[in-house]
Amino acid sequence: MSEFLAMGGYAAFVWPSYVIGIGGLAVLALVSLRQWRAAKAELGRLEAAGLSRRGRREDR
Amino acid sequence: MVGNVAPPGRSLHRFANPGRFMRLSGALLPWLAAAAVLVCAVGVVWGLVFAPRDWQQGDTVRIMYVHVPAAWWAMGGYLGLAVASFVSLVWRHPLADVAAVAIAPVGAVFTAICLATGSLWGKPMWGAWWVWDARLTSVLVLFFLYLGHIALTNAFDEPERAARPAAILALIGAINLPIIKFSVDWWNTLHQPASVTRFDAPAVHVDILWPLLISGLGFGLAFAAIVLLRMRTVLIERRVRAILAARGMEGAGVSRPVPAA
Amino acid sequence: MTRKKRRLAIVLLAGLGLGTATALTLTAFQDNLVFFFSPSDLAAKPMPPDRPFRIGGLVEVGSVERSTNAAGKLETAFRVTDGARAIRVTYTGILPDLFREGQGVVAEGRLAPDGTFVATSVLARHDETYMPPEVADALKRAGHWQPGEPPPPARLWNTKEVDRSAAAPGPLTN
Repeated sequence: MSEFLAMGGYAAFVWPSYVIGIGGLAVLALVSLRQWRAAKAELGRLEAAGLSRRGRREDR
Repeated sequence: MVGNVAPPGRSLHRFANPGRFMRLSGALLPWLAAAAVLVCAVGVVWGLVFAPRDWQQGDTVRIMYVHVPAAWWAMGGYLGLAVASFVSLVWRHPLADVAAVAIAPVGAVFTAICLATGSLWGKPMWGAWWVWDARLTSVLVLFFLYLGHIALTNAFDEPERAARPAAILALIGAINLPIIKFSVDWWNTLHQPASVTRFDAPAVHVDILWPLLISGLGFGLAFAAIVLLRMRTVLIERRVRAILAARGMEGAGVSRPVPAA
Repeated sequence: MTRKKRRLAIVLLAGLGLGTATALTLTAFQDNLVFFFSPSDLAAKPMPPDRPFRIGGLVEVGSVERSTNAAGKLETAFRVTDGARAIRVTYTGILPDLFREGQGVVAEGRLAPDGTFVATSVLARHDETYMPPEVADALKRAGHWQPGEPPPPARLWNTKEVDRSAAAPGPLTN
């Protein structure tokens, strides 16, 4: 196990690469999801107030 | 403001109108996201645990399973941005503009991952975090093109007005794609030439190539899923803005706050 | 011509013009875009003395001499070759992990009056071949790969059929 973590002496380069790669994707996905939820909530508030632009049912 | 500026030739728009896009993407997205997580996980575990060391680079070769997929989709994403910009400029398709706006931040993150992991790979193998060779420099230019597109999109109060200048910027920047790809063949670079896309067999042993392709597929699915989600967000945001604008014109004057429901 | 067709023509023409302009610019600045010169480049177009530049090629097999100078620093002398020509390089300092005979190298520095390239930094340049160490060893044992030479073409070792035949001296798959 410790041999696996040592990455042949290159642990200081291999592990940060994976943290940056996977972490970067995860953060991007979570931020995008939060923006989606915020936009949906905003639209929901407007529609609840009877302000739908065309008065037709929204998709989804 | 989606769909209400349709130029002549509406029939084309019928097949990809925003309403239909919301339905289709809403059904597709959970599956796409699940597949992305699954395939990325397989690629990462395979690359970190089961893939062999490399004869000259030892365990640092495992950085490839993050670095190369990020590079592929950083470039693939820009190709998508350029195609969307082309469609947006020529046919004024509303979804093309939305796609361009959604792709740019995702492409910027992928390019940043590519640059950072490349730096972490270059230090132990080459002996330098960074060099100004043609490959590294042209990828840095790609990163700035993405940032420029994001900045231009956000520079306008009405995002629809940013579509044309942003599309022109994206198309001009597309000339950088062949430069990135062929920089290692046209000029002497510190970066090595292509390993996978060669006329004869790939210069990557199958034991290393398979996890690389799996990881590449996983990153591609993740790219597509995040872009779809962002496109849906942009469409909703535009609808919100259109409602607020319509209300403003009716004389209310104030855009927010919204009356309590 | 409809408006759509006109827009299409304008965009395509602009793209053509941009592509041509870029190609011309890149060709004109060819010398500034290369990261290093090969020994043959240098022979064809000599550099003025005292101008720093980079030289690249393979570390010639059997040319590396290591010594320790008076200050206790590691001194290395080697020859950089591109197959046709070679140039002697000296360097004081720690070399990257990948620095080996037969490996790619890029050295930055200046030409001394005696024609030796005095490097201030040395970078290793690896090739585009990726394979497990066991496969590399098997290829060398089977005589498909002479030590110090670049690896054999990928089609010799990256197909199932050849894998089996090359595996004769030892197992190729790990």
